[in-house]
Amino acid sequence: MFKHFINLEWKSFFRSASFQTSLAIKILMGLGALYFISIFAGAGGLLFFGLEKAGLEPLQTVNQYLIYYMVVDLLARYFLQKMPIINIKQLLLLPFEKSKIVKFGFGKTALSFFNLVHPFFFIPFSVVLLAQGYDPLGVICWHLGIMCLIYFNNFLNVILNDVTGLIVAVAAIFGGFAAMQYYEIFDITQYTGAFFQGMYETYWMWLLPLLAAAIIIKIAYDYFIKLLYLDAGLASKAQVASTENLDWLDRFGKLSTFLKNDIKLIKRNKRSKTAVIMSVVFLFYGLLFFTGAVETYDNNFMKIFAGIFVSGGFLFSFGQFVPSWDSSYYSLMMTQNLSYREYLDSKWWLIVIATCVSVILALPYFYFGWQAYAAVLVGGIFNIGVNSHVVLLGGAYIKTPIDLTSNKKAFGDKQAFNMKTMLLSIPKLLLPIIVYAIGHLIVGPWLGYVLVALAGVLGFAFKNAVFKKIEKIYKTEKYSTLQAYKQK
Amino acid sequence: MITIENLTKAYNGVTVLELDHLEIPKGQAFGLVGNNGAGKTTLFSSLLDLIQPTTGFIKNGEVKVHESEAWKAYTSSFVDESFLIGYLTAEEYFYFIGDLRGQNKADVNELLAGFEDFFNDEILGKRKYLRDLSKGNQKKVGIVATLIGSPEVIILDEPFANLDPTTQFRLKGIIKELAKDENVTVLVSSHDLMHVTEVCSRIVVLEKGKQVRDIITSPATLKELEHYFSGAEAAAAVLEEEEE
Repeated sequence: MFKHFINLEWKSFFRSASFQTSLAIKILMGLGALYFISIFAGAGGLLFFGLEKAGLEPLQTVNQYLIYYMVVDLLARYFLQKMPIINIKQLLLLPFEKSKIVKFGFGKTALSFFNLVHPFFFIPFSVVLLAQGYDPLGVICWHLGIMCLIYFNNFLNVILNDVTGLIVAVAAIFGGFAAMQYYEIFDITQYTGAFFQGMYETYWMWLLPLLAAAIIIKIAYDYFIKLLYLDAGLASKAQVASTENLDWLDRFGKLSTFLKNDIKLIKRNKRSKTAVIMSVVFLFYGLLFFTGAVETYDNNFMKIFAGIFVSGGFLFSFGQFVPSWDSSYYSLMMTQNLSYREYLDSKWWLIVIATCVSVILALPYFYFGWQAYAAVLVGGIFNIGVNSHVVLLGGAYIKTPIDLTSNKKAFGDKQAFNMKTMLLSIPKLLLPIIVYAIGHLIVGPWLGYVLVALAGVLGFAFKNAVFKKIEKIYKTEKYSTLQAYKQK
Repeated sequence: MITIENLTKAYNGVTVLELDHLEIPKGQAFGLVGNNGAGKTTLFSSLLDLIQPTTGFIKNGEVKVHESEAWKAYTSSFVDESFLIGYLTAEEYFYFIGDLRGQNKADVNELLAGFEDFFNDEILGKRKYLRDLSKGNQKKVGIVATLIGSPEVIILDEPFANLDPTTQFRLKGIIKELAKDENVTVLVSSHDLMHVTEVCSRIVVLEKGKQVRDIITSPATLKELEHYFSGAEAAAAVLEEEEE
């Protein structure tokens, strides 16, 4: 019976519209996976010596911070890991046992990237431990315990996915613990570290995670079996519609029609909400650059890079995917009496407003000196003047329908990734750096900033001409876009 | 009002639509029938410039649909759920369409008031997004939205499908009312021969992309169509293709 499932999965994978698009993407994805794997493996292998050199007992140090590793893993899973979805509805009527369906779904998650990546860290680390003369049996017990905890996370996440409140609570509690540890009020790692160390020192403690994993699997299993009814877990959840008064937008004239719609789009759909959250996260990205936390980032050129990202979070996470946000009703848009110009203008304004808000929210960067904030400010001007056009232009070539109601693709929109959009994203980042470099090398940082800002203003001056061009491209691409949006 | 000239559409060398000449005068209630894969939706989609014809053209009013967009101002359509915006409530959707068609809220409300019966108290004031409505109710919303802003050409693809019997009767009433108006051209496709003969003054039968009948509706039309399709049954069985 499992053979059938695997056969179905195989077909759904290889026959999906996205799979057939391009080989280049698959290669890039593969390279990406390899990249992560090698980072994890390298970290696992080298961590031991790094810690030793720093004068710390490696295993104990790892054990001390392991609790945070696990929590971060859980959070990452919550936001990124897809749930085991097989097309269950069709299977319910066929002679499959329900338990088989659930078991297959579980098997699928067990093989998820989020589980498989951890051994690439822990196996090299364990091997090094063994090579360094740690007690072999202890290391094996410790290792097994960790793996059990990873699977514990996996199945905990399966359940947590339905309960948003819980994950927030987990994040808040451990954020609190981390803060308390930082301010030396209370150190949770003393207790958890002792436990993880115990898995190595005693040969029986690793059975506790094993037991925990077994229990959580049992709970998840019962939970899912119960959900296999059309009116239970398989029902799409109906939301109570919220109505909001956006009449204040009417002052924008005809544009307001679209602006109102776009704001509703963002507020009422999971996927777009995630995009906005991501753009807030981008605000903090600058910390890596301006604090000097990462050595290679600590130069003026990279600061411009950071400025572009900090002010352009929304541009990258939302603007990048225009017009795919409207993919589910694109035929409507194409038959209504509207002009591309108004449609594009509305998206452009959204990007402008969001960029301005980001620049204002980034004011605290002044703390790191005027140069830091100047980078954000000119980055914002450049984003509005140049990058907003580039993004809308790129949109004409992105033909990936977006399923507004599902959240999990925020990271894995592999279809949205094609050569044309790749090429178009180069100027977004490289151009401002080059412009800055010219000014920086001739006179000094201030001229660099001025030049980047000037480039932005210049781009803004050409808005009309650029929009005409974009409009034309949207029109010629219309039919193939419509067709692509039909494939879900 | 609508002129179709030498229109063909081919996918990978397979012709799915081939119409030499078809003219739909202003004010006509035009019905399109045919089995799955006959080309009904393809025809309507090309009429709306959603797909590009391989050869030929369609004129809507004075403009060729693929050259100018002027037809959009007086044409409205509902083909499938991709004409609905799932995250809006019914009212918001109507107002949005109204906005695009130059109708303010009061205008739209006035129009909607006339459809209370049709909505059967399941659409308005329900605090539900369109994506959470049943298929039938979604269709009701889509159909009524095409009437906003007094369009001159109204295109409805399979409007009767998914509707409950009562609503089907009411919809027939609505279409008949539209057909009376000399300025409104209605194009309807359907699998239900009885409904089409009842509401349309002219019926064109498509088969495998070609026009095989062009009938001015008379009391004998239903019999004629039934006869045609029962004979064509065997041929239809060959066409296994499922059309949504």
